[in-house]
Amino acid sequence: MRLKLVPDNTSWDFFGRLPITVGLSSMLVVASIIAFFAMGLNFGIDFRGGTTIRTESSVAVDVGEYRDAIAPLGLGDVSITEVFDPNFGPDQNVAMVRIEAQSDTESVTPETIAAVEGALQQIDPGITFPSVESVGPKVSGELVMTAIYSVLAALFAVLVYIWLRFEWQFSVGAVVSLVHDVMITIGVFAVFQIKFDLAIIAALLTIVGYSLNDTVIVYDRVRENLRRYKVMSLKDVLNLSINETMSRTVMTSSTTLVALIALLVLGGDVIRGFVFAMIFGIVIGTYSSVFIASALLLRLGVKRDWSKPDGEAGTQFADVDA
Amino acid sequence: MIGLVVLGLGYALPNLFYPRVELHNDAVAAIEASGSTAEREADRSAWPDWLPSSLVNLGLDLRGGAHLLAEVRVEDVYAARMDALWPDVRDALRDERDTVGAIRRQNAPEGELRVSIENADGMARALEVVRELAQPVATLTGVGSKNIEVAGQDRTIIVTLSEAERTATDDRTIQQSLEIIRRRVDEVGTREPTIQRQGERRILIQVPGLGSAEELKALIGTTAQLTFNPVISRTSDGNVSPGPRNVVYPSLDEDGIFYVLEQTPVVTGEDLVDAQPTFDQNGRPAVSFRFDPAGARKFGDYTAENVGSPFAIVLDGEVISAPRINEHIPGGSGIITGNFTVEESTNLAVLLRAGALPAEMTFLEERTIGPQLGQDSIDAGKIASIVAFIGVLLFMGLVYGWFGLLANVALILNVGMIFGLLSAIGATLTLPGIAGIVLTIGMAVDANVLVFERIREELRAGRGPARAIDLGYEKALSAIIDANLTTFITAVILFIMGSGPVKGFAVTLALGIITSVFAAIYVTRLMIVIWFERRRPKTLVV
Repeated sequence: MRLKLVPDNTSWDFFGRLPITVGLSSMLVVASIIAFFAMGLNFGIDFRGGTTIRTESSVAVDVGEYRDAIAPLGLGDVSITEVFDPNFGPDQNVAMVRIEAQSDTESVTPETIAAVEGALQQIDPGITFPSVESVGPKVSGELVMTAIYSVLAALFAVLVYIWLRFEWQFSVGAVVSLVHDVMITIGVFAVFQIKFDLAIIAALLTIVGYSLNDTVIVYDRVRENLRRYKVMSLKDVLNLSINETMSRTVMTSSTTLVALIALLVLGGDVIRGFVFAMIFGIVIGTYSSVFIASALLLRLGVKRDWSKPDGEAGTQFADVDA
Repeated sequence: MIGLVVLGLGYALPNLFYPRVELHNDAVAAIEASGSTAEREADRSAWPDWLPSSLVNLGLDLRGGAHLLAEVRVEDVYAARMDALWPDVRDALRDERDTVGAIRRQNAPEGELRVSIENADGMARALEVVRELAQPVATLTGVGSKNIEVAGQDRTIIVTLSEAERTATDDRTIQQSLEIIRRRVDEVGTREPTIQRQGERRILIQVPGLGSAEELKALIGTTAQLTFNPVISRTSDGNVSPGPRNVVYPSLDEDGIFYVLEQTPVVTGEDLVDAQPTFDQNGRPAVSFRFDPAGARKFGDYTAENVGSPFAIVLDGEVISAPRINEHIPGGSGIITGNFTVEESTNLAVLLRAGALPAEMTFLEERTIGPQLGQDSIDAGKIASIVAFIGVLLFMGLVYGWFGLLANVALILNVGMIFGLLSAIGATLTLPGIAGIVLTIGMAVDANVLVFERIREELRAGRGPARAIDLGYEKALSAIIDANLTTFITAVILFIMGSGPVKGFAVTLALGIITSVFAAIYVTRLMIVIWFERRRPKTLVV
């Protein structure tokens, strides 16, 4: 017996409830922007400078006690969070101690780290420090700029590539849906105050790549169907194309999600935020390539005369020898 | 094509036996470096020589170790250059005393030399004389420009390094720093340290297996400028005015004690040829050193002339000790004693052997990852990858049946090839890199899914099995290429802009895209065609 995720020959109408989906998306984007400005992101030390010390102990972590131990050192803003993970053994208790940047350029001094470690050893002699990371504000400032540039560069490269391979309407549709995905993902990070660091930027770029992947598959089919059904209305062509690619979209998203969920549960706490961003991005990316990218294409309209494959836009790779 | 797959898998093979191959590689390196021993031979035979033995490099986050990003204060060198220039300027102007009158060095911002002259009328001549000291810049890019710029302002001559000279100096400073850091790290003898220049004036140092970034900082953060200076006096007043051409340095061991020293050293660390940790006659840790012939002569002459007076051993602006010269020391060797621990004396010997850094460094970023945390990450990554792998395999089998199994074979080969490529090009695997592989496992089936869905459609449209397979591949191709190229573009951007772990992610993602497209288009198709030729099924169920 075969497992079927999507019935054969579906003919769902994806644009029947256009106001609802577009409305929902716009609302989410606006909410994300508000959340971003109102609550801010929980930036990791990569982006704001400072030091994180990971502690591990066989004794249960008492955040209040840790805080009291470090407070007399006068290091400014100190945050302590306990880390939970299903992979940890029964007597493995992990916490992250984060200290704000102490100077304008440099990373933390060995004395500061020694002082913090000493204070924690006072209350718990068996405590160990599996990792210590420190980033000076000078570098973190540059990292922020690089991160922003790389996301923008990715979006721009996509814009150009789709433009070359399709038409500008496709390009705009794709980029708008990508911006939509990235913004909502950032919004979720702001709302839940999940740590936002360099790895998350990598996740965002992967989401851009993945969501685009989906969008391009749909667009590719739209282009093909536009050539085949010259008289069908654009809306019907889009609906047909989405229906035809639906089982592939669901299939690929499912396999990817299967892999990522395994990683989320079993991959350890160090990359959990990264994997979470990716899972969320894949769900939203799949949604947006159907509802946002295609809806925009419908709105913008598209050149219908695809009869000449050697036209100015949209060169085909299909005659490459397979 | 089959050859390519086999080659990829062959390169991936050593990674399955990581510790064993690592042992073998280390042994081979050790035998090359310092001859063969029975133990090393045994280690080497742990892995056959004729098999590929390149491994995936594990990133710091997986192996544990220390990471530092340092910025070299290149301006230090400008100041030193100006100080070195002053005697020449002074001598040149002295010859022209009749025209320029008395001269005096003025306080100036760092990296500038300001000299005032008595006669404003002699300015033109003075500038001319100083300009004659300029020399052409000795680099390819700076051809035609001079190394110093000389300007006059009222009665002050201002000398600065020219732009071209600064660039050349910066470059030399960084190169020297790199070289010295490399020597120091190598002396400690850890495996495969990464020491790279980053940007204009930064140096990235990654040392796997070292306990902490602090240790690394202690090792490379000290300038280790060793000098032997004549002592003028000993005092407990740190604000004492030292007099011209003299300096005041604090004592390293004795609190509140300062030494007034002559600024010009008798000999410096640059004249050293060797330094070793040792013990003095009382059994306390010390460092023994030996001068090169020139240094030995200078040192011998000085000790012969100054028997009875003290001289100071100065390290980075602190007096380690100031022993009295008891007799002429002709051999050019001696020992430094201080209140050292064994560890400190060993470190000092390493630092002295490796030479002094040309400039100070500030540390912008540092990370320490304990080896246990790295191992935990590897274990977690392994389990997650296996579960993800099995999940995807089952899923594909359930949805596509026989074709799904073929795709699974391709997927297995695909993951093998990713590891093979990673080893072959010597890329570094990081934790996000593992995530990249897991993501690839999920996405790799995409190309196959596209093809299979297309074949299903063609079958539904009533085409025969052979035709459906052909058309399926043909029509899915443009979508496959478009979709993967766009993801590849983002991977490339990540690689260019990203750093460290993120780069590792970009590499596995990009390699995963290449191998998965290759596997889907060629490998699966080959298998399907072979199967089809054998069986010639009348109907096809995908």
